[in-house]
Amino acid sequence: MHELMIIGVVAVITLLIRALPFLILKDKSNPYIEYLGDVLPYAIMAMLVVYCLKGVHLLTGNHGICEIIGVLSVSLIYLYKRNTLLSIFVGTMIYMICVQIIFV
Amino acid sequence: MKRNITEALKASIPVMMGYIVLGIAFGVLLESKGYNWIYALLMSCFVYAGSMQFVTINLLVTGSTLVNAAIMTLLINARHLVYGLSMIKRFENLGKLKPYMIFSLTDETYSLLVGVKTPKDCDEKLFLFFISFFDQCYWVIGSLLGSLIGSLLTINTTGLDFAMTALFVVIVLDQFLTSQKHCYTYLGFVISILCLIVFGSDAFIIPSMIGIIIGLSLMYKGGKTHA
Repeated sequence: MHELMIIGVVAVITLLIRALPFLILKDKSNPYIEYLGDVLPYAIMAMLVVYCLKGVHLLTGNHGICEIIGVLSVSLIYLYKRNTLLSIFVGTMIYMICVQIIFV
Repeated sequence: MKRNITEALKASIPVMMGYIVLGIAFGVLLESKGYNWIYALLMSCFVYAGSMQFVTINLLVTGSTLVNAAIMTLLINARHLVYGLSMIKRFENLGKLKPYMIFSLTDETYSLLVGVKTPKDCDEKLFLFFISFFDQCYWVIGSLLGSLIGSLLTINTTGLDFAMTALFVVIVLDQFLTSQKHCYTYLGFVISILCLIVFGSDAFIIPSMIGIIIGLSLMYKGGKTHA
C-alpha cells in the first residue's frame, strides 16, 4: 500500500509541475509570456543537450571521446543530409560501436 | 483522421527508438527489484516521466517517506515548468485534448512539439495530440516489454540510449539552421554549462532554468520584435 502511495505522490506532483504554468498564467495575450514562449525553446533545447551529456568527464577516463564522436556524427550527417531519422540512427550506431567495442 | 495519424506516427519515430529502449531498461530494472509488470504499467501510464521513474524505483526499494518522494519529484521534474511556460500559446486552442497534452509533456515530447511543423493537410490539434499519444505508447510498450521479457534479451544495448541525446542535438541544429535566433541558443548553452560547472551534475538544472529565464528577461525589449 505504501508503495502505491509513493507512486501516487510522484504522479500527482509531476502533473502539478506540468500544469502549473497553465494554471497561473491565464492571461495569454501577455506579450512577455508570448516572448518567452517564442524564445525559451531555443535556450531550453540547448539546456537539454547539456543535461544529456552531464555525466561526461572530459578530464578523466575516455575524456568523453565517445560522446564527442557521437555528437559530431549526428551533426555532420544532419548538416549534409538534413534527415532527422538518418542522423539519429547512424549517430547512435556509431556511438554504440564506440562504447561497446572501440573505447571499452 | 488517417492522415493525421500517419503523419504523427512519422514525426514521432525519433522518440520511438529512444523510448522503447529506455522503457525496456526501466522495466528490467523494476523487475530486478521485485516489482512486476503491473507496477511498470501503473507508473508508465500515470507518472510518465522518464528519469523520475528510474528514481522512483529507488524510492520504492528504500521505502521512502511520502514527503521525501514529493521533494525528490519537485527537484527532478522542476524543469518541466519551463516546458509549460513555452507551450501556453501553442496549447491555447486544444480544447478537450489540452489536459492530456499538459500531462504528457515530457522532455522528448516537448522537443518534438517544439521542432515539428504541422503538414498542410493535417488538423494541427489532432496531429499534435497523436504525437504526444504515440510517444506515451512507446514508453508504455517499452516498460512492459522490459518487465515481461527483459531477462530474455541477450543483445548488448549499451549506448542505445544515446538516441535521445542525438534527437536533442538534431533539434538544436535544426533550430540553428532554420532561424536567426542564435543568441537564445548560445544563452542556453552558456548558462547551463556554467551552472553544470558551479553546481555539479546533480543540481544544475534548477539554477540553469532560473538563469535562462533571467537572461531571457534581460533581453526582452517590450513589444518590439526579436531577431
